[in-house]
Amino acid sequence: MQKTWLIIKREYISRVRKKSFILITLLVPVIIAIFFAAIVFIAVGAGKENLQVGVLDSSGLFSNHLRNGHGVFFRYVSGESLTKFQNNYAKAGFNGVLYIPKFDIADPKGFTYFGSSQLGLDADSYIATQLDSVIENRRIALAGLDREKFDQINADVELKTVTGEDHKEGSVLVAFLVGYASGFLIYFAMLFFGMMTMRGVMEEKTNRIAEVIISSVKPFQLMLGKIIGIAGVGLTQFFIWILLTFILVTVAEIFAPGISQHARQLQAMHGATQAQSGSNLSMQIHQVLNSNINFPLVILAFLFYFLFGYLMYAALFAAVGSCVDQDATESQALTFPVTMPIIISFFIMFQAIQQPNGALAIGASIFPLSSPLVMIARIPFGVPWSQLALSALLLIGGFILTTWAAGKIYRTGILLYGKKITLKEMVKWLGRRS
Amino acid sequence: MDLLELRHLKKYYSSHKAVDDISLGIPHGSICGLLGPNGAGKTTLLRMVTGILYPDEGEILFDQRPFDPMADPMRIGYMPEERGLYKKMKIGEQLLYLGQLKGLRESVAREKIREWLKKMELYSWVNKKVGDLSKGMQQKVQFISTILHEPRLLILDEPFAGLDPINTNMIKDEIFNLCKGGTTIIFSTHRMEQVEEICNHIVLVNAGKKLLDGSVSRIRQDFKQHLFRVNVPAGYENEPFQSDVFELSSRSGDGLILKLREGKTTNQILGYFLGREIPVEGFNEVLPSINEIFIRVVQQVGEQPTHSPVVSEIEK
Repeated sequence: MQKTWLIIKREYISRVRKKSFILITLLVPVIIAIFFAAIVFIAVGAGKENLQVGVLDSSGLFSNHLRNGHGVFFRYVSGESLTKFQNNYAKAGFNGVLYIPKFDIADPKGFTYFGSSQLGLDADSYIATQLDSVIENRRIALAGLDREKFDQINADVELKTVTGEDHKEGSVLVAFLVGYASGFLIYFAMLFFGMMTMRGVMEEKTNRIAEVIISSVKPFQLMLGKIIGIAGVGLTQFFIWILLTFILVTVAEIFAPGISQHARQLQAMHGATQAQSGSNLSMQIHQVLNSNINFPLVILAFLFYFLFGYLMYAALFAAVGSCVDQDATESQALTFPVTMPIIISFFIMFQAIQQPNGALAIGASIFPLSSPLVMIARIPFGVPWSQLALSALLLIGGFILTTWAAGKIYRTGILLYGKKITLKEMVKWLGRRS
Repeated sequence: MDLLELRHLKKYYSSHKAVDDISLGIPHGSICGLLGPNGAGKTTLLRMVTGILYPDEGEILFDQRPFDPMADPMRIGYMPEERGLYKKMKIGEQLLYLGQLKGLRESVAREKIREWLKKMELYSWVNKKVGDLSKGMQQKVQFISTILHEPRLLILDEPFAGLDPINTNMIKDEIFNLCKGGTTIIFSTHRMEQVEEICNHIVLVNAGKKLLDGSVSRIRQDFKQHLFRVNVPAGYENEPFQSDVFELSSRSGDGLILKLREGKTTNQILGYFLGREIPVEGFNEVLPSINEIFIRVVQQVGEQPTHSPVVSEIEK
């Protein structure tokens, strides 16, 4: 045991000391934070454009009804013909011309924007919303209603989801985001650290140090030491990330009230329809931070499913690494059977997020080869404890089984030099007695 | 007294018998050469002795006791033919790691590492990575890693591969020193002249079987062909040297190689030269070299040396 510990220590320290590890560990959260800050920044609307729009209104319905906003400023132009104004709007200090023809109120057509450049997504939807609301008001008036009455009639349903016995209020969107993000992260982590294990084994084999080491320790100890050492590297990375995220979130909280306030103002200004499109992302972030998803469970489950999912696959990756000699392209044919279930689980995960309680999602979140990815995606939506326990037990069982099998392949493969090993031979080695 | 004794050791693979009923003893304190063509089963044999592979049948006695695959490898130093080091690890750390894996305590290991690196003129490189070293230096580090824990049995597979003559001598001297200190050494190689120079005991294997073993001097005696070298001055180039005592086997310069006929004695050879007043400047028996014995024995068995790669030895 003491020797396995020595191996774990070496595998861990030699990797954690690397510059690339320190760089990735510290930079990734910063990059993510910058990315989110940029999204929030854009969503809140800083750096808005200043678009001067000349309105040529042939219908006469719109005068003084179009409201400025979102960096769009309407100015009414009269006494100009479209063809003439089209040519000299720039000289008059406009960025473009909004042409409103005479139209049938039942079938409004022919609204055109002429500009030197394409309209931005925000400006485009804003102008369209403004036109809509004027026409709607007109129609309401024609129908003999007033706006206030119409707003009372207009249904704006917000569906709340309440889960569990304690009637927690949840948000599908937040659950979706959290499930998706953790599934994605586990997918990358399992592949990344699995490959790292495989490369480590290949390095020992091609360096020819494997035989030197296994004259002191059993091959199984060497394999297990490497797998656990790298698991430690992964966990260290995640702990630092969680810690840094916590710090960054706390810092963001100081600014968050301002951001969410701004978002609410926007919502009030543009009505519910507008608030549901992309511009309320800052609201969503705030919602994630303040939602009542069981975050300790998510984090705990994440660490568990990452750890055991990694351990299970790492043993297989190690077995593959022990059978590859120098030629890296040769490894691809052998890694495929190991990466395939991970990739399939990744696709099941997408399905599971859409239908977290579908038969496929439940089955795949219990089956060990796919459970690390699928279960973690389901957890934010709420999973019965019985399913969680069964899935966890089976995953631990899966880890023991693959490690046992991998050990058999590994101890033969690691001593073979100069020969291409096929999958068939690897399977044959499983049946060998110790 | 034998430090290592193998009794009817067998290791079979589906394709062939890698080690087929080998029994032998390696005396305590000897330097034993393990010889054999490629694919003879040397690597498999050594891997069983080091506890890397388990024998299918037979027994290994280490220091008079059945081999313990957990504890005994700690008293064995093994430098395999396929060897290497972690390229990106510093020499000092690497030696410490390998020493600790052999059961050395950290403080003891550090002390010994310092001592050995100084002895091998590598101390100034202690914080350099292995990848930055020349091949010869790496070999010396590898050698240190093998002997750091003061093994009772040292197994060296082609230890001089990749070494220049100066470093070869340095390691050779250390091998002799270790032997004087009581270490038993198994030395596997194809270089026969090194066997003759270093070993006092040899084991010859081929196709999984032991062909012969024993002390070098005894084996050379066993394989002698009663050949004698007689040195005579110039001027006898045309002398036929015909006699019923011996047969002229070959001549080169002033040396004649004579084969003694059955039932005759060396004194009768000298009598022939004295009787003819041919001055004898030198006279000695010609014993076969290990190389000759090796080739003769392997060919006698009727099997050409096979050149299957190491892989076939453990494949199943």
